[in-house]
Amino acid sequence: MKNFDAISHIKGKSLYIDDFSLPEGTLHALVFDSKIAHGKILSLNIEKAKLIEGVYAVITAKDIPNENQIGGIILDETLLAENEVHFIGEPIAIVVAKSLEIARKAAKEIEIEFQKLDVIIEPRDAFAKNSLIVPPIIFSSGNVNEAWKECDLVVEGSIDSGAQEHLYLETQGAISIPIEENKIKIISSTQSPTAVQKQASKVLGVPMHQIEVDVLRLGGAFGGKEDQATAWAVMSCLAAKILNKPVKLVLSREDDLRMTGKRHPYSSDYKIGLTKNGKIIAYEVTFYQNAGAVADLSTAVLERTLFHATNSYFIPNVKATGISCKTNLPPNTAFRGFGGPQGMFVIESAIVKAASLLGLSPSEIQKRNLLVDNNSFYYGQVVKNSQAVNSWVKAEEKFNCKLMLEEIQNFNNKNKLYKKGISFMPICFGISFTSSFLNQASALVHVYSDGSVGISTAAVEMGQGVNVKIASVASRIFSINVNKIKVESTNTTRVANTSPTAASSAADMNGNATLIACTTILNRLKNFAKIALSATENDVVTIVDESVLLNNQKIELTWQNLIQKAYFNRISLSAQAFYATPEVHFDRIINQGSPFAYHVYGTAITTATLDVIRGIYKIDSVKIVHDFGESLNKNVDLGQVEGALVQGIGWMTMEEIKYSEEGKLLANALSTYKIPDIYSSPENIEIVFLEKSKNKFGPLNSKAIGEPPLMYGIGAYFAILDAMKSAKPSKKFEISAPITPEKVLVSLHG
Amino acid sequence: MEQKLEFILNDKNISVHDNPAKTLLDFIRNNEGLKGTKEGCREGDCGACTVLLGEIVSNKLKYKSVNSCLFPVGRVAGKHVVTIEGLNDPKNLTPIQEEFNNEGASQCGFCTPGFVNSLTGYVIENNKLEFHKAENAIAGNICRCTGYSSIKRATDNVVEFINSLNIISNERIKSLVDKNIIPKYFLEIENRLIKLKKNESNDNNSKMLVGGGTDLFVQKAESLLSQEISFSNNYNLNEIKIIGSEIQLGAAVTVEQIKNSEIFIKYFPTLTEQLSLFASLPIRNSATIGGNIVNASPIGDSTSIFLALNSDLIISSKEKKRKIKLSEFYKGYKILDLMNDELVEEIIFELPGSNTKFSFEKVSKRTYLDIASVNSAIKIETENNLIKSVFLSAGGVSPIPLLLKETSNYLTNKFITAQLVLDSINIVHSEISPISDIRGSADYKKLLLSQLIKAHFIKLFPELVDMEVLL
Repeated sequence: MKNFDAISHIKGKSLYIDDFSLPEGTLHALVFDSKIAHGKILSLNIEKAKLIEGVYAVITAKDIPNENQIGGIILDETLLAENEVHFIGEPIAIVVAKSLEIARKAAKEIEIEFQKLDVIIEPRDAFAKNSLIVPPIIFSSGNVNEAWKECDLVVEGSIDSGAQEHLYLETQGAISIPIEENKIKIISSTQSPTAVQKQASKVLGVPMHQIEVDVLRLGGAFGGKEDQATAWAVMSCLAAKILNKPVKLVLSREDDLRMTGKRHPYSSDYKIGLTKNGKIIAYEVTFYQNAGAVADLSTAVLERTLFHATNSYFIPNVKATGISCKTNLPPNTAFRGFGGPQGMFVIESAIVKAASLLGLSPSEIQKRNLLVDNNSFYYGQVVKNSQAVNSWVKAEEKFNCKLMLEEIQNFNNKNKLYKKGISFMPICFGISFTSSFLNQASALVHVYSDGSVGISTAAVEMGQGVNVKIASVASRIFSINVNKIKVESTNTTRVANTSPTAASSAADMNGNATLIACTTILNRLKNFAKIALSATENDVVTIVDESVLLNNQKIELTWQNLIQKAYFNRISLSAQAFYATPEVHFDRIINQGSPFAYHVYGTAITTATLDVIRGIYKIDSVKIVHDFGESLNKNVDLGQVEGALVQGIGWMTMEEIKYSEEGKLLANALSTYKIPDIYSSPENIEIVFLEKSKNKFGPLNSKAIGEPPLMYGIGAYFAILDAMKSAKPSKKFEISAPITPEKVLVSLHG
Repeated sequence: MEQKLEFILNDKNISVHDNPAKTLLDFIRNNEGLKGTKEGCREGDCGACTVLLGEIVSNKLKYKSVNSCLFPVGRVAGKHVVTIEGLNDPKNLTPIQEEFNNEGASQCGFCTPGFVNSLTGYVIENNKLEFHKAENAIAGNICRCTGYSSIKRATDNVVEFINSLNIISNERIKSLVDKNIIPKYFLEIENRLIKLKKNESNDNNSKMLVGGGTDLFVQKAESLLSQEISFSNNYNLNEIKIIGSEIQLGAAVTVEQIKNSEIFIKYFPTLTEQLSLFASLPIRNSATIGGNIVNASPIGDSTSIFLALNSDLIISSKEKKRKIKLSEFYKGYKILDLMNDELVEEIIFELPGSNTKFSFEKVSKRTYLDIASVNSAIKIETENNLIKSVFLSAGGVSPIPLLLKETSNYLTNKFITAQLVLDSINIVHSEISPISDIRGSADYKKLLLSQLIKAHFIKLFPELVDMEVLL
């Protein structure tokens, strides 16, 4: 079974925001944004723009009927700038016109004067100026200061990792359609329908039930539409409310790149202490997160960095400090991994540096310190069902690691122009929203009188295959063919108070809610069947492959007939169910608790070839043993690992975001911001499913898949670094990620 | 600005008055309401808008992929445009689509129609399919979800499946229709195109002449809408031929034409392979050499190549024709020795002799479909290890595409050694003036060019240069 909509995708029939047929009279909105990174708005003159024929309105902060505020966690984000601007791309006005061309023309007529203020680009500069989103957050256990004394080696260093643009192929957008007087329907490309609903209701000053948000599917999101889809949807809704007309707002790629935030760049300091045989005793790390101009999800992202600061390793003494720094960049935001990758990259860098000083290979240190059951994480959670050692050992065996190392050695002995390198990358990623209250989901299941099934949940389909997983849960519970099941759009009128489709948890939670709802209906059907068949209390009714079985004997009753009969006997064929992940909690005063339902583990071995003369490289192979649990859909899960891996490799190698000193995005188009193409994908990717792994928290023993495999991509950086060390053994390399051909060449020969 | 345009879109004859500078993408989506062709970037860098273009070339119907976001609708007059809707079978998936489904090669789905179009274009045009060529045909399509593994598997399956069919090469389209790879209406397209009269004129010199437009439509698509434009493919400047000891290229020759040209394959075999580093297939199918040369990008690939080939340009106006060295054509950043009424007609250079070697080097952040940080080409003629003549060029290190004249002079009449290469690099540094930008710092570009010059010699004369000295 494939991704639910694959056939319609492949035929080009699937609709994205820009493809919907528009109601008559739909207007088009364009966002007028700040051209400077920090300054006071001295004057704003929209009169000329309004006079252009075909322009219906130029909406500014003054026109907002209620609150000009869309901050999700911290209330620090205006929908439209009022007196000050804080980044290039910050929305100031919405131009609404008969066509986009007219809106563009009109936007050029808006006159604005600024008084420029100081611009901060780098997080450490922000820290020095005390420009912070929140005070520093510290996670710790043991006592690092005491522990350094026990160590044979203590080494310090600093390492940076860069931003990453989501580059969902479908840009941000929404259509808002007024329906009678007291309702606006928003068709949005968002991971968070309820966030859109809530913020729209707040900005408009209407109750949430007057806003209906519908999400059919997203053309990719990767976290970029968790918080940052909201603004555009609310703007179209605001315009629709003011003009009482349907309004479409879709960002051009150029606008999307300029106005939206990225994966947070980090600048980090670490200090690691080990015994001479590679046991890690203590680890201290400080993360300077570049949050951008407003909080967005930065504090939650930072928290997850702190949760994953030691990756898959048990370290008895840890102090991890996170500092969310406010700069004049577009607000950085969620991106697959949500701060986890940034944390893991630092500990891996620390290990590689320590290894070279101890005369060990990095993998010796990595393997020695892997998490085992009943270890405690430094934030209090006890390790259960650890697959860290399992996946590592299985990878070593399955991929004949010894032979791989030998071949690389031989190649490097024989070749001067090209060198090969290898790295191991274990991962351990916590599943659940770390804000415990978000770990809830609902499902609404209807069985129609013809036996077909419609399911609505809080989960948003964005290519990750959540719909097919939900359908397969229902298909297994009812024991009916999956083609009888339709997973409907995500709609706030059908399913309320949805948590974002994020944190890899949508299939888990919404799958579980679906399971409960389907079981409720199934039990009603079984009870009814007993009555209809005049069976006794001890008889057992089951449904197998769309047939009703009495005491395991087939009788003349199909699923379809049973449903019809149940309907005429006034049996409810619908159920709504709620699921809340059990046992998760975290105390933010002491920063201790058990925030995750479980962890996902795996190990990747990456090899790369370096062209010593040209400073370019190729990732040759990535071989992975991954803990899928009992996969709900192997085709979908495999695709998630392959896709996340290449996205991670992109972040570590070629995807380079640069801003000028004035805060202007330099990689502002696809011609300058390069994401992996087909040739960047490693020639040899092998993925092995770790066997005999169960998970009581996932529906039908499955495990979450969306984010964890992205972090295998970190291995690419270290494989390239390893090859560079073979080329120039005497050199010490300190290279920030991404490890671009420029940095490689300059480090080798500069 | 409007002009009568007649062409076939999928199975439908189109006859409209419209602005010829409107992009094909906007025409398909907005005028015709076909939403399977997606807008991803509007600069030819993602391939979500890829469509197929069929035209009669040398009495034969041929298809190629193009980026509809960079393709003016005026250029499709008399042609067949195929979108995903024009490939769909009403009931089933086509076998090509089926493989995308089987392998899970569509996740969010936004890029998928573009991939299917690119791959179908490859299948239509090639008799013996090979995975690596098929991969190159879809290399201009970006997918952010799959990481490409499933797309590669699907492509591999398609190649194997189509090769297993008994497709008759001289009746390929009929044969593909018989096997349900493409819909039936393709059978009639050739006749329908012949019936379509081309309403093209090439007499209006006051119009702005557009070659492939693959950079122009990135930079100034909107302003083109209010200009009178005409298209260079209306001129008969699309031939590659040998005249005496020279190769002549019409200015409207596309990059893909060079890549597949028997003349180039014979005389510059490695170069034709390396042209897969030049943009992507849909862009190479449109981008012309003349356009590339007058675009005067300091980092153009073809300009570096033709500079090293010591090319001449034939420039014509109504009154006269003149010949000028390409290396003299560039007067400053985007400043050309070209009058408003003049047209670059041809590029001419000498056939390489038996002692002549040629090398092209390019390094970019991403190896394929990326603009170089620095590129360089060299043509070098030797006799008993003595350099008789040499032309060394470099892109990305100066405001103009640069022929490194001093360095070339220095190298002439010297024996090839590693030390000579190192010495020549010092001269190179005095000839270049790189700037720091998004493609790299000035220091990087300087270092990279040095390395690429080493790479030329290591590649061309491995037995003469001591690698230890150069590493």
